[in-house]
Amino acid sequence: MGGKRKNAAAARGVSPTPSATSTTPSATVTTKVQPKDSAPPIATTTNAFATSTQIEPTTTTTTTSTTTKVSGTTSKSSSSNTAAAGGQAWNKVFSNLLRHYQDTTPQRTKLLDAFMAFLVVVGGVQFLYCVLAGNYPFNAFLSGFSATVGQFVLTASLRIQTTEANKSDFPSVSPERAFADYLVCSLILHFFCVNFIN
Amino acid sequence: MSADSLERLASAGKGDSTRTLLRVIILLLVAGAAISSRLFSVIRFESIIHEFDPWFNFRATKYLVANGFYKFWDWFDDRTWHPLGRVTGGTLYPGLMVTSGVIYHALRALSIPVDIRNVCVLLAPAFSGLTAYATYLLTNEMTPSSSAGLLAAIFMGIAPGYISRSVAGSYDNEAIAIFLLVFTFYLWIKALKLGSMLWGALCALFYGYMVASWGGYAFITCLLPLHAFVLICMGRYSTRLYVAYTTWYALGTLASMQIPFVGFLPVKTSEHMPALGIFGFLQLLAFLDYVRSAIPSRQFQTFLWVFAGSIFGIGLIGLVVATSAGFIAPWSGRFYSLWDTGYAKIHIPIIASVSEHQPTAWPAFFFDLNMLVWLLPAGVYLCYQKLADEHVFVIVYALFGSYFAGVMVRLMLTLTPVVCVAAAIALSTILHTYLKAKSPTLEELLPEESTDGTSKKASKSGLRASNKPYIGIYATFSKVTIVGLMTAYLLLFVAHCTWVTSNAYSSPSVVLASRMPDGSQHIIDDYREAYQWLRQNTKYDAKIMSWWDYGYQIGGMADRPTLVDNNTWNNTHIATVGKAMASREEVSYPIMRQHEVDYVLIVFGGLLGYSGDDINKFLWMVRIAEGIWPDEVKEREFFTPRGEYRVDAGATDTMKNSLMYKMSYYNYNNLFPPRQAQDRVRGVRLPDEGPVLNTIEEAFTSENWIIRIYKVKDLDNLGRDHASASAFERGQKKKKVIKKKGPRVLRVD
Repeated sequence: MGGKRKNAAAARGVSPTPSATSTTPSATVTTKVQPKDSAPPIATTTNAFATSTQIEPTTTTTTTSTTTKVSGTTSKSSSSNTAAAGGQAWNKVFSNLLRHYQDTTPQRTKLLDAFMAFLVVVGGVQFLYCVLAGNYPFNAFLSGFSATVGQFVLTASLRIQTTEANKSDFPSVSPERAFADYLVCSLILHFFCVNFIN
Repeated sequence: MSADSLERLASAGKGDSTRTLLRVIILLLVAGAAISSRLFSVIRFESIIHEFDPWFNFRATKYLVANGFYKFWDWFDDRTWHPLGRVTGGTLYPGLMVTSGVIYHALRALSIPVDIRNVCVLLAPAFSGLTAYATYLLTNEMTPSSSAGLLAAIFMGIAPGYISRSVAGSYDNEAIAIFLLVFTFYLWIKALKLGSMLWGALCALFYGYMVASWGGYAFITCLLPLHAFVLICMGRYSTRLYVAYTTWYALGTLASMQIPFVGFLPVKTSEHMPALGIFGFLQLLAFLDYVRSAIPSRQFQTFLWVFAGSIFGIGLIGLVVATSAGFIAPWSGRFYSLWDTGYAKIHIPIIASVSEHQPTAWPAFFFDLNMLVWLLPAGVYLCYQKLADEHVFVIVYALFGSYFAGVMVRLMLTLTPVVCVAAAIALSTILHTYLKAKSPTLEELLPEESTDGTSKKASKSGLRASNKPYIGIYATFSKVTIVGLMTAYLLLFVAHCTWVTSNAYSSPSVVLASRMPDGSQHIIDDYREAYQWLRQNTKYDAKIMSWWDYGYQIGGMADRPTLVDNNTWNNTHIATVGKAMASREEVSYPIMRQHEVDYVLIVFGGLLGYSGDDINKFLWMVRIAEGIWPDEVKEREFFTPRGEYRVDAGATDTMKNSLMYKMSYYNYNNLFPPRQAQDRVRGVRLPDEGPVLNTIEEAFTSENWIIRIYKVKDLDNLGRDHASASAFERGQKKKKVIKKKGPRVLRVD
């Protein structure tokens, strides 16, 4: 829940600052740098995200071009060493994935990802508990588990809708609209869960 | 409808507002037509609740209005299923009652003094107006021309397939469920098109409402995943699908679990598993989609194979383990009967015995849908031509719906909306093609084509818009012929719908109507006469035993406890009643004593020729009883050696001695001159000697003998068995006969 609240605060900071778009050039630099920062203060991240809607295309194109170059070399190498380098190829896959993730994901989305990872962990713990200790208050287990699953799905939807690359899929959903939808859906979800928990 | 071309003529700048106004007026008229065509029963008879199930819903609604929501939610009803009782609050779909309760209180708050009965009677027509509107919305999602939507609305408004369950007084779950069904589909299409969480959540909420009101919600639960699955298989996975589906599933499943009657079913039974499976599948797809965008294709392939293989393996193992360990219940019987129409007859007679669970006869399709039947394939074909996501939905729905409508009569109801939508698309395309008001010259052709193309085939990528110049039909003759024919068909359709509604679907079946020789109407009101008798002449807690069909009516109209009713939750209890009816008196009497039965009520149509009586249903009682006591009740023994089911002198002894037979024909031959007693339903002459009843006595027989009520005798005061006691009652005559016979035998010896 803590993650969610922080995220909410971050996004609330976003919407009322359209003026931030004017400071695009400086913000591009910050977004590129920020992934390396371990703990950026929230205020700056929100600032960066308000602008991110306009910056992203350029950054993504550059990063993808670099990754394709890299991948071309890796694929050649992996094809030459066939079976023996299977594990190595896997490492490459993951490192590519990781690099792509770190390069192209804006900070705000990373926050969502952290929250989703948290939800996965919580859901896993609940499920493990259910398997090990029995599912006696089945209502409670179900509502808890579906709260995590539902919240995960909603967050994933929010993430998809706010990602720049998917902009063409959602012509009518602006990021603000997406967040409002997210809030409404979460409210409904938790209402049902609380009602169901007995 | 020619609305569009008319508008084109009329619109010279003010087009949009005129169009909206016209649309609103037309929709209001459609709603008016939908409502008024359902009022036949109120006009012909009176404002009365129909049939069987509605009486329970009505009784539950009265309880809700009288006692408030929370008491209703926890309602334990000890006046049904005596002596077991029924946890009514937890075993019904409360949507209908709550809806009418809310309407009732809202009207009261507006200081409109209205009777709850009238709210209940008129609920179905009112919702049919809303259904027409929902169909309009749904069709508008399929095609950009609103004339198709308007056509669909009027089709939905008057199609007999829907009217059959929604005439005034037919206060059943379907009354609101079809509206919810169509509206949920509309919201689903909307959510899918926009990829919006909000529409998905709305869809889930209405899905929850649907779950709260009708068991048929499983249709949505299966259709939406199927649609999603077909889309995925067609390579149309999109992030919008992910957002719409997962939002719907996550919220909708939780919403459905709020209903006590549904409870844990969505995570436990196999009917709901497809939805869960697609949900999981979409998560994987979304993840893979992300990975694919992140890494180059060759690496992605290795990743895909390993990942997909392991997930598939784990999933399969998990499914096998869960099913074998019993976490997931196997498919229920009603579900099997959907695939194998013979299944229910063999394994679950209680399901097969309900007439609306029978397979549909072919004429029924034409009877219920008329010309829409042959417009359906055309509409589906047109959907193939465009084939956007929403058209795939119509195709899937049409296939799925027509299969199930063929399996079960009552599922005709779920087919009707898609038939209306598809037929409206087809018909509006025909009219559009032939109703072009002016024939353009060759120079005008190209620009007009381009404007048409943009408006009609708006920005959908997946369609095959032809590049050839558009050639319309300009000959006046062909235009007039086709349009004239279509108009004639539409008029015929309206005539057919009105005829079917007024003749087949507007009878309350509580009150029967017949024609006198002079053509005037004669009302046969035996049911209410008998129930009123029960209400006035028996103790408040006198238990009435009857076949389960009449349980709800006795509860609703006579307000007396019953042994079994239409809820049919306990097959054994029903079989007990069946056994009591099908056995000899000496066997039945202890059963009735054990269940504290005071009165036995049967329906007998022999005098009037009313074919839905208990003798015709008798074989189902026998079968259901045989399912539990195969040694004591045998269906074979009710048939003559030649395999006939007879009630006349040729009937088998088992038949003649069964309680049901005796009660039906007791004293019946006294009505007729000797040797002329006749059963008008089965068309046979009855034996002169009527059956003799020892353990029960006739208490009441209604005017036309439709309802007969018998009182179960108490134990004899002197400790004799009932047979000898009643022989004594009948007087010395019989004993003398025996005495006379006795000496004669002695003399011979």
